[in-house]
Amino acid sequence: MQREDAAQLHQFVLHAALDIVQDLAWTTSAMFLKAIDRFNDLVVSVYVTAGHTRFMLLHDSRNEDGIKSFFQEVHELYIKILLNPLYLPGSRITSSHFDTKVRALARKYL
Amino acid sequence: MIGVGKIKQYSNILEKPLSKGKQEVSLSAFAFLFSELVQYNQTRVDNIAELERRLEDAGYAVGARVLELLCHRDKGNRRETRLLGILSFVHSTVWKVLFGKVADSLEKGTEHEDEYMISEKDLLVNKYISIPKDMGTFNCGAFVAGIVRGVLDGAGFPAVVTAHFVPMEGLQRPRTTILIKFAEEVLQREARLG
Repeated sequence: MQREDAAQLHQFVLHAALDIVQDLAWTTSAMFLKAIDRFNDLVVSVYVTAGHTRFMLLHDSRNEDGIKSFFQEVHELYIKILLNPLYLPGSRITSSHFDTKVRALARKYL
Repeated sequence: MIGVGKIKQYSNILEKPLSKGKQEVSLSAFAFLFSELVQYNQTRVDNIAELERRLEDAGYAVGARVLELLCHRDKGNRRETRLLGILSFVHSTVWKVLFGKVADSLEKGTEHEDEYMISEKDLLVNKYISIPKDMGTFNCGAFVAGIVRGVLDGAGFPAVVTAHFVPMEGLQRPRTTILIKFAEEVLQREARLG
């Protein structure tokens, strides 16, 4: 029960932070937006791409450089997925290879 | 042995590094491919407007990808947040990568606040195409209009983009103008950002 609640809470916090990202994205031309929202001891960090695709990370530690590098590498992977003409921009990414690579990056940087 | 050479084989597209891109692609190959694209769609539509829309949709998909790729590759991961910024991005960077040169001109519309025009004396996609009289105002530049719309839409500047022929004295063929009409929200946000 505890774990289920936690997962739903995480999703809720991330979605609630989306509004903040919308406004913040127009104030700067940088892609990495650092920590934009806090909830108890959890922090939401966001990276916005040129096409306004948002990478959001919910975490508890404070490792800004690691998180920035993580986002940059995920961005490159995302561009490679996007260049596939058969991928509809904005749809779910179903590649298991992509999943494996992102998890490996997470282990490396976070 | 065939296949064994200097090119490293990657098991998956994600392993392959994002290349700098070949600077040049065969013009004739592109002309043939584009001509086939137009002919393919021509047999599947009932009217000119539908044909133009299909070309535009094809360009839209290209535009969305070009935006992400170029911002990452050529702009060092900096997004455009202002109107003039994104317009000059389209006019110079995008045009340079797609057509090998910057666009001939970028003008602001005199009649309406929300209109801008990018003009090109000899647009690549129209170079080898002549429009028969019975097709009226059809313009294959709709493909390029779609690319521009894809770039603008992806960057958060929704707009209606169309291609038009503008006859110019002194030139045998009319020049092509891409007309960009921004949505109301874009102008409001620009005013708010000051």
